[in-house]
This record gives sequence, structure tokens and C-alpha cells, in this order.
Amino acid sequence: MRNPLSEKVKGIQPSGIRKFFDIVSEMKDAISLGVGEPDFDTPWHIREEGIYSLERGRTFYTSNAGLKELKEEISNYQQRRFGLNYNPCGEIYVTVGGSEAIDGALRAMLDEGDEVILPQPSYVSYEPCIVLADGVPVIIELKEEDEFKLTKEQLEAAVTDKTKILILPFPNNPTGAIMTEEDLKGIAEVVLNHDLFVISDEIYSELTYGSRHVSIASFPGMKERTIVINGFSKSYAMTGWRLGYACGPELIISQMLKIHQFAIMCAPTTSQYAAVEALRNGDEDVENMRNAYDQRRRFLIKAIRDMGFSCFEPFGAFYLFPCIRQFGMSSDEFAETLLREEKLAVVPGTAFGNCGEGFLRISYAYSIEDLKGALERIERFIKHHKV
Amino acid sequence: MKKEILDIISKNSRYSLEDLAAMIGTDEETVAREIKEMEDDKIICGYPALINWDNTSHEKVTALIEVNVTPQRDMGFNKVAERIYKFEEVESVYLMSGGFDLTVIIQGKSMKEVARFVSEKLSTLEYVNSTATYFVLKKYKEHGITMEEEHDGKERMLVTP
Repeated sequence: MRNPLSEKVKGIQPSGIRKFFDIVSEMKDAISLGVGEPDFDTPWHIREEGIYSLERGRTFYTSNAGLKELKEEISNYQQRRFGLNYNPCGEIYVTVGGSEAIDGALRAMLDEGDEVILPQPSYVSYEPCIVLADGVPVIIELKEEDEFKLTKEQLEAAVTDKTKILILPFPNNPTGAIMTEEDLKGIAEVVLNHDLFVISDEIYSELTYGSRHVSIASFPGMKERTIVINGFSKSYAMTGWRLGYACGPELIISQMLKIHQFAIMCAPTTSQYAAVEALRNGDEDVENMRNAYDQRRRFLIKAIRDMGFSCFEPFGAFYLFPCIRQFGMSSDEFAETLLREEKLAVVPGTAFGNCGEGFLRISYAYSIEDLKGALERIERFIKHHKV
Repeated sequence: MKKEILDIISKNSRYSLEDLAAMIGTDEETVAREIKEMEDDKIICGYPALINWDNTSHEKVTALIEVNVTPQRDMGFNKVAERIYKFEEVESVYLMSGGFDLTVIIQGKSMKEVARFVSEKLSTLEYVNSTATYFVLKKYKEHGITMEEEHDGKERMLVTP
């Protein structure tokens, strides 16, 4: 038999998180600070709307780009939260989670050999999706001393004449870093100078603490060259509904929509009806969840620092990214030993890029009680491994 | 900060001062002072536990009583309400808008005990004109907490990107 596989796909490394998942699922009574999704249930009024749509028999495809009323609500939402003005007809389409939009944007914009600047540590799908779209990832290693922000100097240094796209993953998974208006200004300048495009993954945009998220698309001249990706998973605790969206210039969105049309057809109908309700009546849920995350964030960072970890204070998403270099172990070793000895799962920083070496991702999408239980295990662990 | 403390302890009043301080991002002394102030101002009026007596071997009966009263000159409903809420078996008393005046929620050991309270104590009170008693058959949710919830939240995977 001939080799049935594509060399391109074979060459892609499986996610480093997968390995941990496999060990954990073999283990009895393991606990975890390893998840990248909210612990809250989707608010009931949103679930109820989904149920109602099923009762009404709304079980058909929607149009490729999504329900008209959902696109209109997304347009209103982007306007009222971030001051962005997108035409629901042509500049917005609804996807199967933010992930589909990442993939779609890259495939719609890349030709073979185009370079994509990718700051890391960052979410696990960007790099493989770039490769699948025949692009060349150019990694920028974000630094703890810069609070894991992308600096304009770093960006400037990474640009070549092949650079086409910058991926801007803020608020960031796994570091929790955010980019302020001031930080983004410098980035926008470099992007405009070099005629680049931006894929801005703003899936955590509702989860910032102390300041509101700013989108790079809101800077002059940037809306025309930015694809804004957002969704319902993190802000409304709707991960399992698989619903996201992309906003951007019609020129690009129409091509992304073409891929979506042939590969996906349309996002799940039930989820779309539920999402309309989320955008219409869910602001208070978002605020309540944000407040709860903020309490856990403050609680956890104090506890982690009191134990002697050095950890920069993140103001976004729901992760801490503490440094573990003082224990003389690699991230992988630390996470694996912690799992075997204390049955506590965390994710090694290296799962999000090589420059995550020396760090762990600890999620605080857990109740204070769960966090306390996990902290006891970490405390016991570091007592045994003091250097 | 008071609002934030209230939001947290309204759901769980058992956090230590240390935990509260960490969650809010301040120090223990400040939290202790704020709580003391709110206790003094009768903003925080108590810390009872929420108990589902149905899951114990002790019997408890809850009844909701609609009460119609004649308001008293100068005191309105307050004096009548006071005469009612001072009874130990009375859990809650609310002044209502609408077709009747007071909602009285009482808890007793048996239906008999509740019935005796209504017929002997409550309806014989001066200014109480009529009562209608409804026994609670099952409590599903109280104070925002579901009493017996079937929940599959544990199905969240342990490690995800």
C-alpha cells in the first residue's frame, strides 16, 4: 500500500497537553488546575433559549454566515464594548468556535512561504494552523520581564519582506498577559509601516481585570487590515456549544466565508439561538463571572507568591504563569513529578512554545475551595523538592 | 469593598478573614473592620447555615401564611408585624403589596404544631382579620442554593488547552 499520509500533517507535533491528558486520565483521584475552560455552567437563561429553539423545531441549517439576528447582535456588541463598527452583512460571520476562525483566517490569507509572526507562549493551535495553510511561523519569544507583552522592537526585528500576518493573542493563554492601548499603539505603527495584516484573537476580551480590553482594530487604519476573532466560550462559559465569530474587512471575510461554506456549512443552529440570548441579556452574567475570576486571581497569586514562586501579575484570562526555575527541574519534569507525587495536574509552559520552558500554566477556573486543595498539594510538593 | 465582601459572604460566610483579604486584594485588618461596621449597622444580620432538614431524621414542617390585618393608627403595619415576628417559630415576615398584607413563614416540628400556632396564636391576635396557610411540600432551592441538584459538571476534562 502507498503511504496514505500527507507529509505536512505527519510533520505536525501533537499538542504537549495531550501527553498530560493521557497520564491524568489513567490516574485515580487526580485533581487538576489544568483546564482552559470556565468552571461555570452556561447561565440558565442562555441554555433555556437553546432548549426552546429545539422545542420550536429550529433544527435546520442557518445561512452560511450565521443567523441574521446573531450577526446583528455581534455587531452591536463589538460597537458597545470595543467601539468597533462592523456591518453584520459582509463583515461578520459565525464560526465553530474561535478555533475555526483562526484556521479560516490563515487559510484565506496565506500563500506558500508567507511568513506569520507568532508571539509565544501562546495557544497551541496557531503554529499548526499556520503550517497547514502553507505559511512559515516566525516565533517571537515573549519575556517575563516585559510582562509577556509583545514589544514593538521585537516585532520590528522579526519583520522580513516575506512577513504577511501578525498573530496577536491577547489577553493571552497561557500567560494571562494583556496589551494596553499604549502597548498596542506601537504595534499598530509597525504593522502599518510594513503593510502587515493582523489576526487578533480576542477570545478572552471579557476577562481583563482592572482595565477594559482594547482591540488593535480600533486604531486608525487598522480595521482594514485586522481580523478580530472572538466567541462565546470564555465570556459566557459556552465552550461546549462551539461558537465563535470573525469580524473584518469584507475583502477577507468573504474568502474566509467561502472556506467555511465548503468545510463547515454553518455553525450549530441551537448554539446560535442561545448566543443571541447571551448577547442580548448576558452582560450581567459576564460581569459576575469576571468578578469571581478576579477574586480567585488575587487569591491564587498571593498564595503562589507566599510559597516563594516568582510570578508576574497577570491582568487577563484565567491563568497564572509562575516561574519554576528555582527547583532545578524543567517544566515537563516539574509538571510530571507533581502529577505523579501529588496527583495534581498543571500544564508545563513548554506546551505553549519552547520559550515557555521554566514556567507552568496554572488555571484559576476553579472554586476557591478547589484552589485551596490544590495549593496544599503544591506546598507539600515544593517542601520535598526545595533546592 | 463592602459590596464585594457582601457578594462573597452572601454565598459562603465561612471564608476566613485571610481568604477574604486575599480574594479582595487587601489586608485582614481592613476586612475585619469593614465586616464589624456592617454588623454594627445591621447590614450583616447573622450567619446561619443553610440546612436541608429533609435529609436528616428530624422532622420539620414549613408553612407560608398569608395574613390580612388592619393597620394601626400611627404605626401602620409595623406593630402588628412585630407582634407576629416575635414568636420564635416564625422564620420570616414580609409586608406585601397586593391582595394580602403579610407573608409569614413559620417552621414547626409537625403540621399539628403549625396548625396550633395559626389557630391559637396568629388568628387570635388583635388586628389580624384572616389567614390562609399553605404547607411546603418540598424545597427545591433556597437562598440561591439548589437543594438536590443533579449536575454533570464533573465531566469537565482534567486537562485542556
